[in-house]
Amino acid sequence: MKLPHRLHGKTICLIGLMAVFGSLGDVLLRKGMKQVGAVSNWRPEALLATFEKTFRSGPIWLGITSLLLFFVAYLLVLSWADYSYVQPASATGYFFVVVLGYLLLGEVIPRMRWIGVLVICLGVLLVGGTAPRTTEEG
Amino acid sequence: MTVRDAVFLFIVIVGGTGGELAVTHTMKKIGEVRTFYPHHLLRVILRAFRSGWMWFGLGLMTISFFSLLMLLSWENVSFVVPVTALSYVLGAFGGKFLLGERVEPRRWIGVALVCLGVLLVCVG
Repeated sequence: MKLPHRLHGKTICLIGLMAVFGSLGDVLLRKGMKQVGAVSNWRPEALLATFEKTFRSGPIWLGITSLLLFFVAYLLVLSWADYSYVQPASATGYFFVVVLGYLLLGEVIPRMRWIGVLVICLGVLLVGGTAPRTTEEG
Repeated sequence: MTVRDAVFLFIVIVGGTGGELAVTHTMKKIGEVRTFYPHHLLRVILRAFRSGWMWFGLGLMTISFFSLLMLLSWENVSFVVPVTALSYVLGAFGGKFLLGERVEPRRWIGVALVCLGVLLVCVG
């Protein structure tokens, strides 16, 4: 069973938004958590202090905003497409995350990790190429 | 990867996928969104948030989110995020057994490739 033609445009558009906002959100969270520092003290008062410091961070809030936009797009597309279609189709975000981590955060990406990300993308593209809706609407 | 990382990755993957399956169940009950006017979208989202499944899903996703934050304080984003691709395996099983989706052989091959990619990311 295939998605009706009229759905293709809005599906691609929303999955594109998911990939962009999702990967941007993850990178911003990493930037924020780097500013907060590694969590190494597990006492409640120390965890509370880390929690407060985390939510005073600008990049954390930008990351959360980006992930909220991701979530709205995600909810909308799930109203008509399979979960097992949407989930892999949005995996282009993984590629963006590694590229943004490299470009914006200066992370060192080993060659094997690049290959791994490309294989992940290939796998999820294969999954995404299967019938997008296999259940009846509603 | 340390045992601590593995435990938190497990929470991120299981919590995140379980939450997404619950949210998907909610949105499927609401039905296809056909118009994108802001007031209509707001109505759809408010309706979704009246569902118990939505809150259950959000609870699981919240646990997953805070575990992700902890992980990101220890490891690079280019390592953490690709490894969470293991959720595709869980997602395929969840889609099949919980949501009644038909997972054909080609889709399983794709899932196997994802696992291989994750292994390469860990080795890298």
